[in-house]
Amino acid sequence: MSKMINLTVDGIEVQVPEGTAIISAAKKAGKNIPTLCYHPDLPATANCGVCVVEIEKSPLKRACCTPVWEGMNVTTNSHKLRELRKTLVELTLSNHDVVCPTCVQNGKCELQDLAYHLGIQASDLPSLLEKKPIDYSSPSIVRDPNKCINCGRCITVCAQTQTVFALTLDGRGFETMVTTSFDRGMANSPCVNCGQCTVYCPVGALREQTHIDSVWDALLDPDKYVIVQEAPAVRATLGEEFGMNPEEVTVGKMYAALRSMGFDRVFDTNFTADLTIMEEGMELINRVVTGGKLPVITSCSPGWIKFMETYFPCVAENVSTCKSPQQMFGTMIKTYFAEKEGIDPSKIVSVSIMPCTAKKFEAQRPEMRDSGFQDVDYVLTTRELIRMIEEAGLDFKNLPDEKADNLMGEYTGAATIFGATGGVMEAAVRTAYFVLAGKEMADLNLTPFRGMAGIKEANLVVPLKDGGELPLHVAVAHGLGNARKLMERVVAGEVFHFIEIMACPGGCVGGGGQPFGSSIADRARRGQSLYKEDAAAVKRTSHSNSEVMKAYADFLGEPNSHKAHQLLHTNYFERSKVTGDCVKAVTHKH
Amino acid sequence: MKFYRSHILIGIDDSSLAAGVKEIEALLRSELQKNNLSDEINILETGTLGLFGTGVSMTVFPEQVTYVNLTAADVPEIVSEHFLKGRPVTRLALKAPLKKHYDYNYKNRIVLANSGKINPEDIKDYLAAGGYEAWEKALLIMQPGEVVDEVKASGLRGRGGAGFPTGLKWSFTAPIKAEQKLFVINADEGEPGTFKDRLIMEGDPHKLLEGIMIGSYAVGATKAYIYIRGEYKLCIHRLEIAIKDAYEYGLLGNNIFDSGFDLDIYIKIGAGAYVCGEETALIESMEGNRGNPRSKPPFPGVQGAWQLPTVVNNVETIANVPAIITNGSEWYKGYGPDGCSGTKVFTIMGDVNLPGLCEVDMGTSLRTIIDEFGGGVKEGHQFKAALVGGAAGVFLPIERLDVNMDYNSLRNYAAVLGSGAILVMDERADIVDMLYSVIRFFRHESCGKCSPCANGNEMLYKLISKIRKGKGAPEDLYNMDKVAEAMFHSSFCALGQSLVMPIRSAIEHFKADFLKRIN
Amino acid sequence: MYEEIFKKYTPEKENLIYILHEIQDTHPQQYISEEAVEWVAEYLQIEPSHIFGVLTFYTMFSTKPRGKNIIRLCESPPCFLRGSEKMLKRLAQLLKVKAGETTSDGLFTLELCACLGVCGNAPVMMINEDVYGDLTEEKLDKIIASYTGGEK
Repeated sequence: MSKMINLTVDGIEVQVPEGTAIISAAKKAGKNIPTLCYHPDLPATANCGVCVVEIEKSPLKRACCTPVWEGMNVTTNSHKLRELRKTLVELTLSNHDVVCPTCVQNGKCELQDLAYHLGIQASDLPSLLEKKPIDYSSPSIVRDPNKCINCGRCITVCAQTQTVFALTLDGRGFETMVTTSFDRGMANSPCVNCGQCTVYCPVGALREQTHIDSVWDALLDPDKYVIVQEAPAVRATLGEEFGMNPEEVTVGKMYAALRSMGFDRVFDTNFTADLTIMEEGMELINRVVTGGKLPVITSCSPGWIKFMETYFPCVAENVSTCKSPQQMFGTMIKTYFAEKEGIDPSKIVSVSIMPCTAKKFEAQRPEMRDSGFQDVDYVLTTRELIRMIEEAGLDFKNLPDEKADNLMGEYTGAATIFGATGGVMEAAVRTAYFVLAGKEMADLNLTPFRGMAGIKEANLVVPLKDGGELPLHVAVAHGLGNARKLMERVVAGEVFHFIEIMACPGGCVGGGGQPFGSSIADRARRGQSLYKEDAAAVKRTSHSNSEVMKAYADFLGEPNSHKAHQLLHTNYFERSKVTGDCVKAVTHKH
Repeated sequence: MKFYRSHILIGIDDSSLAAGVKEIEALLRSELQKNNLSDEINILETGTLGLFGTGVSMTVFPEQVTYVNLTAADVPEIVSEHFLKGRPVTRLALKAPLKKHYDYNYKNRIVLANSGKINPEDIKDYLAAGGYEAWEKALLIMQPGEVVDEVKASGLRGRGGAGFPTGLKWSFTAPIKAEQKLFVINADEGEPGTFKDRLIMEGDPHKLLEGIMIGSYAVGATKAYIYIRGEYKLCIHRLEIAIKDAYEYGLLGNNIFDSGFDLDIYIKIGAGAYVCGEETALIESMEGNRGNPRSKPPFPGVQGAWQLPTVVNNVETIANVPAIITNGSEWYKGYGPDGCSGTKVFTIMGDVNLPGLCEVDMGTSLRTIIDEFGGGVKEGHQFKAALVGGAAGVFLPIERLDVNMDYNSLRNYAAVLGSGAILVMDERADIVDMLYSVIRFFRHESCGKCSPCANGNEMLYKLISKIRKGKGAPEDLYNMDKVAEAMFHSSFCALGQSLVMPIRSAIEHFKADFLKRIN
Repeated sequence: MYEEIFKKYTPEKENLIYILHEIQDTHPQQYISEEAVEWVAEYLQIEPSHIFGVLTFYTMFSTKPRGKNIIRLCESPPCFLRGSEKMLKRLAQLLKVKAGETTSDGLFTLELCACLGVCGNAPVMMINEDVYGDLTEEKLDKIIASYTGGEK
């Protein structure tokens, strides 16, 4: 137990552990100190200065980075502090491209909120803004230096949480700008497109490369056959954005909204999540049984894949050859579905709704054209979907619950939990156990893989049909900083059989396409919602998905068949740490 | 040992180099050689002679004749007249007002006592001047705690600008148990108008080293770093020689004087960033990062470079330490007023007759420094203002000329001693222009980490530029004050906090200059 | 290609600034190229983006090719008071460039800098390693001529 410190905040006495920053202590006293740069998930950058508070017998101090001391007497609001904050916000606004009505952060922007709360009037300070070009180079992320307020969160999350090191500071003083090395653009940097920078950006200076217009164009074009898939994490998030109980999973209303917006078929990525388990589970079993390359590492997260290609190409052969569920879905739509329904695949526009910005990058990777076309045409983030629902004028909260369309709409609880960290591991173990032991697990809940610990490990013992036992050492990591730590252990030779990696903290529910400001607490709650839905599901194992079984029977053959390999598997490259460009292929397709 | 009839000390510093001292020195050598005087007359390169605006200068001992503004054409004459015939060339010697300035300047010196008198590139010269006696005394006779106490008792305060008591600073780090502690010298002298540290290092590098040794011993640091700005090439060169010699003489390294104490000194260079004078920014830079300041706490004394307890001191501060140890704290307190003991090196420049530097008692009046050491305001002009303490200083008007130059007296006028720079302006100077230049400097040097400073400086620059162009409005002055005030309260480090001083003082004392430009 | 330089320094981040100085000083165009950054990143095992951040922070480093001679004119208050603006004007006229630019013949890059610590001789500039003080317009003409005339 650390020592406790007593202090007063605006006359309210609080006790907090030694080392606590004033801003957290104030929160305990019910006082939210305004700030533009501090975020509770991240170490304080202490850049904006807005959080200064008065302390008895002391000069003003920043609340975010000043630890409390015994007997400290803090005042969080005063005439002086208000005037000071107003000046600081005025200064920030004077160097900000104030285009609130059309900004993606409108209504969520922390600068907008603070300016509004402080009642900032039209300033008589001159504008400092010198327009700089917007970086549209990346297929995933747009970087707009004209909105940037240099809070530093993006760099913290990119370098410290994710250890990607794409973003850095260029120059000094007023000219200091968040950018990539040599200002080459996001596309020519080690950026893995995870989009965590967009989630933590307080002002919309980092945002997704939007596909909204393209999707509306397709929807409004009678010649196009527009098909949509939605990732599991999306349904755990929409409710909170439409004023519903945030714990509610809104899958039925999501289908209804999509249909109402004009999608011709509404399927579900969960279908291919189950398919992924069949493919990946079988790959795992094969490698374990035949002495293949271990550990098998999951491949669902495109941010992780690019990270691996950049920083750990040495483990490429360990990574499952399975495409991600999004890409399996894309291929299956333009082959299996097109064949079944007799639709010309060139007329199909395949849209996915993802909690993810890296999926936009993944969709346009040159390998992802096994259907003969770009398998997935457009990727919308959760945030973009929300805007489209709003544009369509739908009363989301009161929409009827609908069902997904048949053929590629069925899913199991195992697929649902793909959206949370540990979910793929849990789903895979359920099916692998069934295949190896010849029976279902007695208890399908694998709680050691759940929750927000950065790296979760377990030793499993799977009974084999022939009476033997198979011990498995498995691990789950989420957030690329944790992935890096785990990979360093793998490279050092520690024995693992199966590893799940998700690029984003919390897994896909914490993805870079999720609502701005998604905190660690939000992510944990969304994950729990998915586990709740899984618990309530009738079918909870991927091998019990009848539409998946039908797809094998009618089209693919069996898991890991030649055709499955052709359509559902992929290969990897080594990439430059400087530019992110492919250097060479490190694995090859069968 | 060889005996010479005369020694010629040639001041080699950036100023004399700019005036072509090297060519003249070479010519002098060849002229002496031609006249077979090489064995009789010794040429020594030294640091500054304490004169500026006097081109190439040299002093001949024991005659104590100082020649100034030398050109190549003068050299044969000096050699034949002075060194062959023993008749100093009075035509070229230092004249009365300058001479007074020069002699005066040497009287009270502690940190610059040897500067201009010894060859900074020869450790023997420093030893002959009593060098390293303090180091021997501290290491062999005193306990580390006694050294800390002695420095504490001397009242020595940091000469880098903030004036924090040096002994107190040491006493925070000395008791910490750590595998390794560091002693760092801040030689990133970047305050405009300040070049005292450069002259100390160029003129007497061993004094700094000796101070470092004593300080390191006092706090228990076994590694010391001198962080020096990349532009100070000559300092770096001379320090490198001095460090090498100190190792050779067993003054550094392992088990120094069989005491069991180890110390290594390294040089780290900067690459052009004023903010690195801030101790945490300096530490970041030492580690190979952008020089953005860190949050305090943890303070460097507890957790500094590479997380190790790190004491950071200014060059001038530490150059005082050997004398304090040799002569005792009571002696040191004999200089300067209570609470601000010791001497201070001031640099005087701008519209004065003799720009240069002086080392005087703390508390000497501004008027004395300008008149006696700076040779007074330029002939035929009147004093208008002095920017005191560097760019992060205060514009003082004529009514403040009698202020005593020490930490406490200046505080009464909301002014600071800062780095000891005094920029004198006569009636021709326009304070709007000068403030513009000050703000432009800060705008250029703001690190960009914190928005109040980065945006604030840019805003101030915009506003002052507007006023300067004659397009100012009355509210611009109000806004400048408002922004500077916000920067003072919310900037992350002293860089952004300081600007309020020049701005307030300029507007308060020289409002007329502003109103002239405002519609 | 930078082995000679790397040999002198242990592969630790704290040597970054030293290494960058040396790479720049030995490059005929006195700058640090993208390629150099990659080499240094590889040698020190640090991220290129970190090096880029450091490189652009310090004014002594350049990421763009520069002239054979680098003129750094001090614009801090003491030099400003003694006429640095006039000197800048004169230099710009002589060299036909603005501050921050390189002459078309690649002979000079004109830069402005903060205090060089030679304020007793204000206004001051450095050309490469050499300091020139007490500048006047006439003196500038001569100094520049000494570089263009092949004397230096």
